Amino acid sequence: MIDSKTPDRKTIDGKTPELPNAVSSLATSNLDLEAPEKPYLDSNELVLNMGPQHPATHGVLRVILKLDGEKVMGTECVIGYLHRGVEKIAENRTYTMFNPYVDRMDYCAAVSNGLGYCEAVEKLLNVEAPPRAQYIRVILTELQRLASHQLWLGTHALDIGAMTPLFYTFRDREEILKIFEKYCGARLTTHAFRIGGCQYEIYPGFEKDVKNFLAFAPPKIDEYEALLTGNRIWLERTKNVGVISAKDAIALGVTGPVLRASGVKWDIRKAVPYENYSKFDFEIPVGANGDTYDRYLVRMEEMRQSLRIIEQAVNGIPEGPIMAKVPKLIKPAPGEIYHSIEAPKGELGYFIVSDGSTQPYRLRVRPPSFVNLQALDCMVRGALVADVVAVIGTFDIVLGEVDR
Amino acid sequence: MAEEVKTPTPPPPEGENKPTADKAVPAAPSSAAAPTTPAPKPEAPAKPAAPAAAPPKPAATPAKPATPAAAPAKPAAPAKPAGPVPTPWSSPMADKYKRQYGSGLEAQTYLGQNYFTVDRSLIPDFLKLLRDEEQFDYCVDLTAAHYPKREKQFDVFWILYSHPRNERIRVKTQIADGESLPSSFSIWPTTDWLEREVFDMFGIKFTGHPDLKRILLPDGWKGHPLRKDYDILLQDKEWVHINLGIESGQ
Repeated sequence: MIDSKTPDRKTIDGKTPELPNAVSSLATSNLDLEAPEKPYLDSNELVLNMGPQHPATHGVLRVILKLDGEKVMGTECVIGYLHRGVEKIAENRTYTMFNPYVDRMDYCAAVSNGLGYCEAVEKLLNVEAPPRAQYIRVILTELQRLASHQLWLGTHALDIGAMTPLFYTFRDREEILKIFEKYCGARLTTHAFRIGGCQYEIYPGFEKDVKNFLAFAPPKIDEYEALLTGNRIWLERTKNVGVISAKDAIALGVTGPVLRASGVKWDIRKAVPYENYSKFDFEIPVGANGDTYDRYLVRMEEMRQSLRIIEQAVNGIPEGPIMAKVPKLIKPAPGEIYHSIEAPKGELGYFIVSDGSTQPYRLRVRPPSFVNLQALDCMVRGALVADVVAVIGTFDIVLGEVDR
Repeated sequence: MAEEVKTPTPPPPEGENKPTADKAVPAAPSSAAAPTTPAPKPEAPAKPAAPAAAPPKPAATPAKPATPAAAPAKPAAPAKPAGPVPTPWSSPMADKYKRQYGSGLEAQTYLGQNYFTVDRSLIPDFLKLLRDEEQFDYCVDLTAAHYPKREKQFDVFWILYSHPRNERIRVKTQIADGESLPSSFSIWPTTDWLEREVFDMFGIKFTGHPDLKRILLPDGWKGHPLRKDYDILLQDKEWVHINLGIESGQ
């Protein structure tokens, strides 16, 4: 029978038939087939926890990532897992006793930490290390810069997926650590310098070892560059990744190679020379784009410049004492001093308040990694998750220094 | 004003006759410092005359606390130079702000490093001026020191650097316990974490900071470890017990 008003509807005696039982029970079931008011899965934002135990965070950094798909909407760093209260320890140790502690902050560049601390206390005491000590210090510190950059390169490349550079850089870093070991007995936490100069005279054959290294290193650096600089995968992963402008970098207090890669030609060794850096001829490499690739190029060039400094220094070590006249019991006059050096990672500063006693009244460390890490959010916003790994690597952070 | 201008200057007798001894003279001041300085206990800041406040540059006897700042009166120098002392700092910039702020600001130099000691009330404006007018575009560090025996317990320091001028200065102010400071986050974004660290370690609050919370210590921790009354062995035992399930972290 055809309904004249609705010709397609099948009716029985002009009435719409009842639905069969099964279907009507489905209609009243708990299954809500209508679109829910709130989607069951919010596909807009995902909070992802990265670290603290993660191989690409270079220690115990925890980053909370807010993601939209693969895009990073925002980050928050949670730090402090390695906080040992170095600044509090300093208040309870004499100036001399505190010296080895600074090696444990940036343990990949212990020599630089020691140099900064010794110089800061020397400044407070108003003494200066003798010229011979200054030359030894410069050689070791620049070797340390090389070692630190090699370690950075190996781990940074490993994070991105290139495994070979790690083996190459660790193989060559070994040569530097051997020199450290022969000089002061330690490879990592060296405690190489003392307030007022150096504890140890250079060992016989030190100059020869350093000169051998000077001949050994440049082809190795070329080798790293051959692996990476023109590598398509490396370029794809680093070019235009983690870009930071010079203006933002300065506003965020970023220092070191990260700042220079953004085009700011600023290096404390040139701007506020310490030790005898003003005597040496070297260039400050700068980048143009402020991306991960430029930071890589800047650090590669810095290694070569460090070799230049070492070469000039090792050929000019003067004769003379290695310790200035510093009292056995170091008791600086009351006052405050801030002194900073260009550590491999950026500006490493020590702010010391003395009250005239044998212990610092207050000792503040201005760690480069801590301040640089703040720029992470600015650099990865809008990037992909995989880029976060590249950007964390490009900072060259050491969590021992971030947390102190 | 008297308390504002106090610096960790040695208590009374300080030589004024060697203001330029900064650069040369290697061991002389230090070796002299050892025997002559009155050797205070490490816990006690070298400030027995706490609220009386000797003006720092003359550093004469603490008898005349009322001498206003900006008076570079040179006192009759006592016998031995125990060490370098802060001397007045004169430069076009320093003189300009000295004129502008009068007794609220003092410009000094110590061992070749220049610093302003300013009244707390000047803080956000003066920092902003330094950035905008004097091109101090980079805030190197922000930190504090605790002097529990003083009325105004905290010294807060801003270490600033200017890329165009290649100059580093410090700004220093004093605040009492419980008093807050305006945040300089809008002036230098780098102070975000630095202010959080000062809050974490000293309990100084910064008003206007976007997210002032602990940074190095866990969120629920009680106490501020870099205060002088927080012993090095002290810890938040309750936190350690609840979160780590052990009696003590030592």
